Amino acid sequence: MTVTTETRPSTIDVDAIRADFPILQQERDGKRLVYLDSGATSQKPTSVIEAMDEYYRTYNANVHRGVYRLSELATARYEESRVKVQRFINARSAKEILFTANVTAALNLVAYSWGRENVGKDDVIVFTEMEHHSNIVPWQILAQITGARLEFIHVTDDGYLDEGDIQKVLELRPKLLAVTAVSNVLGTINPVRELAARFHEAETVVVVDAAQAAPHMPVDVQDWGADFVAITGHKMLGPTGVGVLWGRRELLQAMPPFLGGGDMIREVHLDHTRYAELPYKFEAGTPNISGGIGLGVAVDYLSALGMEAVREHERELVGYALERLSEVPDLRVYGPPTEHHGAAVSFTLADIHPHDLAHILDQENIAVRAGHHCAQPLMERYDIAATTRASFYIYNGQDDVDTLVTALYRAREVFRL
Amino acid sequence: MEDFYREYILDHYRNPRNRGVIESPDITYADSNPLCGDEIQIDLLVKDGAVDDVKFSGRGCAISQASVSMLTEMIEGKPIDEVKEITKEDVLELLGITLTPVRVKCALLGLKVLKSGVYGIEAAEDEDL
Repeated sequence: MTVTTETRPSTIDVDAIRADFPILQQERDGKRLVYLDSGATSQKPTSVIEAMDEYYRTYNANVHRGVYRLSELATARYEESRVKVQRFINARSAKEILFTANVTAALNLVAYSWGRENVGKDDVIVFTEMEHHSNIVPWQILAQITGARLEFIHVTDDGYLDEGDIQKVLELRPKLLAVTAVSNVLGTINPVRELAARFHEAETVVVVDAAQAAPHMPVDVQDWGADFVAITGHKMLGPTGVGVLWGRRELLQAMPPFLGGGDMIREVHLDHTRYAELPYKFEAGTPNISGGIGLGVAVDYLSALGMEAVREHERELVGYALERLSEVPDLRVYGPPTEHHGAAVSFTLADIHPHDLAHILDQENIAVRAGHHCAQPLMERYDIAATTRASFYIYNGQDDVDTLVTALYRAREVFRL
Repeated sequence: MEDFYREYILDHYRNPRNRGVIESPDITYADSNPLCGDEIQIDLLVKDGAVDDVKFSGRGCAISQASVSMLTEMIEGKPIDEVKEITKEDVLELLGITLTPVRVKCALLGLKVLKSGVYGIEAAEDEDL
């Protein structure tokens, strides 16, 4: 099962983009920062940083409460961001956009609220071998609580979901499928729309982790046709501590609240409470206001570039990276070929442990991730303890790939290879 | 970097001493570094209060593997009481390189496992390794 995106020359001007990111202007020992860890968290443009700063400096107030001007302004900006996100992922209504802390919080919300209500003993919950721990552990906990059974879709040698497993689990008519849109390790772009359609035939609710998709390619939740989609702000130029759960309105309406408290109520009596409407029913407590505002500005930045253009830039860049990496002796890349490959490229180099490799790369001011990437089942699948991961974004260019490849040869020297 | 990944470190990484497992060990303990997933198991045979045989297994970076390899060489034949006295400074001195805080954790995983084995887990946690 594969997804192929159309190809068209990139319109992304990397130099112009770099100028918007203060952190990329720094040097260490005369070496510019080659930031290849956007899969962990992206850098932030000036506009995002300034928007958050402006909130704290000029209209800091709580939202959804005050009748005074500052609070009205804060509320307006915060709610504007919700609408921006709605348009960004093409949701039908802003009521379907729930602000959360991150993808982890969003997936836990689904597990606790939808899961406890709808999953029972001996029901089947399916997730894939390439999930991030945040799309594994909440389902394991749900299974423990409800007595549901876990089934898995394994991953093939070249990093795709195993079609045989998909057919096998479909026959079990699972209650829930949890799947990532793009693997944070292998970079695999999964065919979300096709999966959602197939699993809906089995009346399965489909939950999509779009943490590694939303920053890098167009996400259209109506086109995907899944039931829940989780994204996080800090991987898409926004601040940490703000994420989004999109859910189908009818599902969200039927679900009980996740957290109880202020802001999620219509009226509270000592013995009972009437809950607020969507999306506030799921937004107890003072939210991350500056974060929400920052996320809105991040969405503006990406929308101005155009997500098709972002995807095209990264497709070209990852294609170039895969080609250059294949020249390095004893280097093994994990994951599919370019056309199905998102922005993350994981590899191992000879017998050099990824930690050692990342350490050597850091000497050249290259930031990569080394480790299990919160995907230990996937590491077990390939029988490795860890990989080194270079993950690319809009401010990366071929010069970054060249610097990386030169440093990999340097690492070979350090290890006397 | 060559100064960090010195010849003897790479030698211990590629040709670890005392690598393997002991069939019926008197002491065995395994632990991992959750940050990187590196794992080390150490098995000991104890005779007359001293280390009669030691083997380690698991996987990790050059620093953690070289460190545990050197550590096993260091404790061969040593009384358990003396093994208990080994400090993190001893291990860092054995490695002979200056480490950043993150890499110190790599270097000390072997010692943490060893001490957890000989002392019992609670004592090792008190060591703040």
